[in-house]
Amino acid sequence: MTATTAEAAAGTHRSLPRRVSGFLHRHAWVRLVGLLSAPMAWLVIAYLGSLVVMLLAAFWTTNTFTGAVVHQTTTENFRILFTESVYRKIAVRSVTVAVLVTVIDAVIALPMAFYMAKIASPRMRRLLVVAILTPLWASYLVKAYAWRVMFSNDGIVNWALDPFGIRGPGYGLTATIITLAYLWLPFMVLPVYAGLERIPDSLLEASADVGARAGRTFRSIVLPLLVPALFAGSIFTFSLSLGDYISVKIVGGTSQLASNVIYDNITTGNNLPFAAAAAFFPITVMLVYITAVRRTGALDNL
Amino acid sequence: MTLSPLARRLLAASMMLGLVVIYVPLGVVLVNSFNESRTFGWPPTGFTTEWWHRAWESTGARTALATSVKAGLGATALALVLGTMAAFAVSRYRFFGRNTVSLLVLLPIALPGIVTGIALNNAFRVLGVSFGLLTIVVGHATFCIVLVYNNALARLRRLGGSFEEASMDLGAGVWQTFRHVTFPLMRSALFAGGLLAFALSFDEIIVTTFTASPGVQTLPLWIFSNLFRPNQAPVVNVVAAVLIVLSVIPVWLAQRVSGDTTGGRF
Amino acid sequence: MHARGHRWQLPIRSRALAALGAVTLVAVAACGGSSGGNNNAAPAVPNVPKLQTLGQGEGALNLIAWAGYAEDGTNDKTVDWVHPFQTATGCKVRTKIGNTSDEMVQLMKTGQYDGVSASGDATLRLIYGGDVAPVNTDLVPNYATIQDFLKNRAWNSVNNQMYGIPHGWGANLLMWNSSVVKTAPTSWSVVFDANSPYKGKVTAYDSPIYIADAALYLMKTKPDLGIKNPYALDQKQFDAAVTLLKEQRKAVGEYWADYTKEVQAFESGDSVLGTTWQVIANLINGGKKAKVQAIQPSEGTTGWSDTWMISSKSKHPNCMYKWMDWVTSAKTNAAVAEWFGEAPAQSKSCAETADKTFCTTYHAADKAYSDSLYYWTTPTTHCLDGRGNVCVDYSKWTQAWTAIKG
Repeated sequence: MTATTAEAAAGTHRSLPRRVSGFLHRHAWVRLVGLLSAPMAWLVIAYLGSLVVMLLAAFWTTNTFTGAVVHQTTTENFRILFTESVYRKIAVRSVTVAVLVTVIDAVIALPMAFYMAKIASPRMRRLLVVAILTPLWASYLVKAYAWRVMFSNDGIVNWALDPFGIRGPGYGLTATIITLAYLWLPFMVLPVYAGLERIPDSLLEASADVGARAGRTFRSIVLPLLVPALFAGSIFTFSLSLGDYISVKIVGGTSQLASNVIYDNITTGNNLPFAAAAAFFPITVMLVYITAVRRTGALDNL
Repeated sequence: MTLSPLARRLLAASMMLGLVVIYVPLGVVLVNSFNESRTFGWPPTGFTTEWWHRAWESTGARTALATSVKAGLGATALALVLGTMAAFAVSRYRFFGRNTVSLLVLLPIALPGIVTGIALNNAFRVLGVSFGLLTIVVGHATFCIVLVYNNALARLRRLGGSFEEASMDLGAGVWQTFRHVTFPLMRSALFAGGLLAFALSFDEIIVTTFTASPGVQTLPLWIFSNLFRPNQAPVVNVVAAVLIVLSVIPVWLAQRVSGDTTGGRF
Repeated sequence: MHARGHRWQLPIRSRALAALGAVTLVAVAACGGSSGGNNNAAPAVPNVPKLQTLGQGEGALNLIAWAGYAEDGTNDKTVDWVHPFQTATGCKVRTKIGNTSDEMVQLMKTGQYDGVSASGDATLRLIYGGDVAPVNTDLVPNYATIQDFLKNRAWNSVNNQMYGIPHGWGANLLMWNSSVVKTAPTSWSVVFDANSPYKGKVTAYDSPIYIADAALYLMKTKPDLGIKNPYALDQKQFDAAVTLLKEQRKAVGEYWADYTKEVQAFESGDSVLGTTWQVIANLINGGKKAKVQAIQPSEGTTGWSDTWMISSKSKHPNCMYKWMDWVTSAKTNAAVAEWFGEAPAQSKSCAETADKTFCTTYHAADKAYSDSLYYWTTPTTHCLDGRGNVCVDYSKWTQAWTAIKG
């Protein structure tokens, strides 16, 4: 008796979970909104919102005596940033450093990634990927400090170059570039490696079959296919170099980069409006860069 | 592609050279953790295990480590949930603004950390939120989302929707399909993404500087405050050496679990 | 059939607009009211209440301190006055080392700390910014025996109301590596020489306030500029100081703000000459890796007179008062002064120092000597030497500092 009643009940009255599931199934947009709401709320309201609020502060100033923010709209901060030549110098310097770091990393990463993807045995491949990824866990600060120790007056760099009679670069922009290139190398190796893996061997064999030598194949087939991957890696190296203010303080000697201007004005200058105005620079550069790079399909290769 | 033996050897050599360059500074850190001199002159004048004793007893380091782990787990959990949701939305549906979502998810990690840090700090200040572990987790989760998102998206694209369709044709509900069909297929991608998210959160210093409070110190903050101190810097080296050695484990794990040899994408 | 692959328009646009609207609302809320008025004038002193009675300790204390002011044994096992304090009062101390006065002002503004050891270029900014509370000196027994010439001075009081408890005072010295710099310098000219034989190994303090050091040098070497007070510079005098520092930049290898960075730089030989505090010289000589000497050159020096101040937003005011009393007690103030290398504010400390001639060496009771140092003060448009409103204010100093470092 009870069984039939239960059956009858199941037939005419579906349980709540089933009903909800059915509703969701039929109305795809509800699922979509549900899926998107939380991440978008987080990113748009929390992240973008706080970003906009901060950037708005760029149009205010501070009472220099007390450090309190004065809510009077003015473009004074931007005027200073555009007219004082030191900020132009710093901007150019920062972009140059970021570009150099990216180029150095690309040059180092290509042969390494090629070896890993095409020449190493599968077992070796796994070991090599582990070997590349492990240093990411060693603290960024400690790695930068290790370079400070290495570049110091009685450090290993001077000691190694001594037999050749040359001194190491000491602290400064060169040291900064080397350190940054070192720190972000894994971020370039991995996307390039992934990109190379996706190139089927058959393609390369076909190229050899029609008579192309290794160099030609590399130039005409491999490199164009790698462009998205290279740009994907460059997003990281470029952005991380542009945003770095710590390595410069550790190995940079007297140099200052764009993010140092932002940092110094926030922490010691007590001047959020000016720092926010200065922040427009790296933000604009990165937005332009990402939009430009998007066309190459790099964003799918991250 | 047929490569001459010379080319092969050159590539192998460049690989070796690259690995050497990567590991020499780490080696220096390891050696310096035994270096008698406080300022790590090279070559080391003598060796001592004193710093290892001190590191073992250092409560500051241990508390910082615990805080970092807690923050990392929290941020990873949040990133997993939000990143997967976004990945599902983008891969399974077409809608206006789909490309914008990808861009938006990327922004926190593409824009300089200091910008994110200051923006969040300012927002917390304005809203009157008190700083602490929660604010740190919020900061970290924001830029960790993209790591999970990319991995999940890549996997979902590769899987295609046929599994889910088949499951629903057989009568499974939406949630059942996810639990029994989609999730097991995605697990390894989520694991790889989660691991990357944890690693990034664990080592993050810039955003953390702006979202922490005086009482809550993550490991990078502890390292930063002790890095230059004459008597503490060697202890920092010890901590770093331990981290390097221990980190092989999760990386190796990620490799095995993810199956393919790319270790997941960023 | 379910609607797979069916293209439809989600009202994303309206959601985006709503989000933008929310953002704008937050922005407007953040704007709050406008606080008009002259941007760089010192406003009226905010009305912050002071503690009336001392209660039980709250169990915790967050301090911002100069390096060496709150030692807890990690630098030297025998140098520790934090743990005895914790045992005596039950207040667990957490110290954040401030590298420059600017950093300290900014940290105090976050409201997360209970107190700060502020130098003269931070004190007035904190007072007028409402970040510190006036001090009820009746609650600090040791205040009575503090040197009289440190009480109710321009930098630590307003209208005869004390805003802190004096801690100690000292000078910024010239330090050199005696194995590298063979002839002992007697003048600041050695660090301002762009063609110095030690080019690339000179160091200087990384803060805009250092411009005053250049001004002091010019005060004595170029009297026709007419500088009377290194913190009161009109545009012409200011430009001269900035030019001098840009010249100096050519010889500088590294600027230091973190004191341990200077210790490490001298010990590794990356720096051999530059501005310092006595505590840094003591640490280097104690580490035995390098030998240094530190003096006050013939032109005189800038200096600092430090005051412990309590935050207006302090969550542990009782612990802070107990700390202020502890650190100015005879024994502790003597220990701090000897460790840091400064003159103690506590008059009774002179009997407690390990080195019996300590107070004489540091002129601890000598008011005339103390007044001869050019203490860090915040430059304002209103000239500190009484010339009127022609001086360059600190925001310009800060901007110039970025330009000097290039």
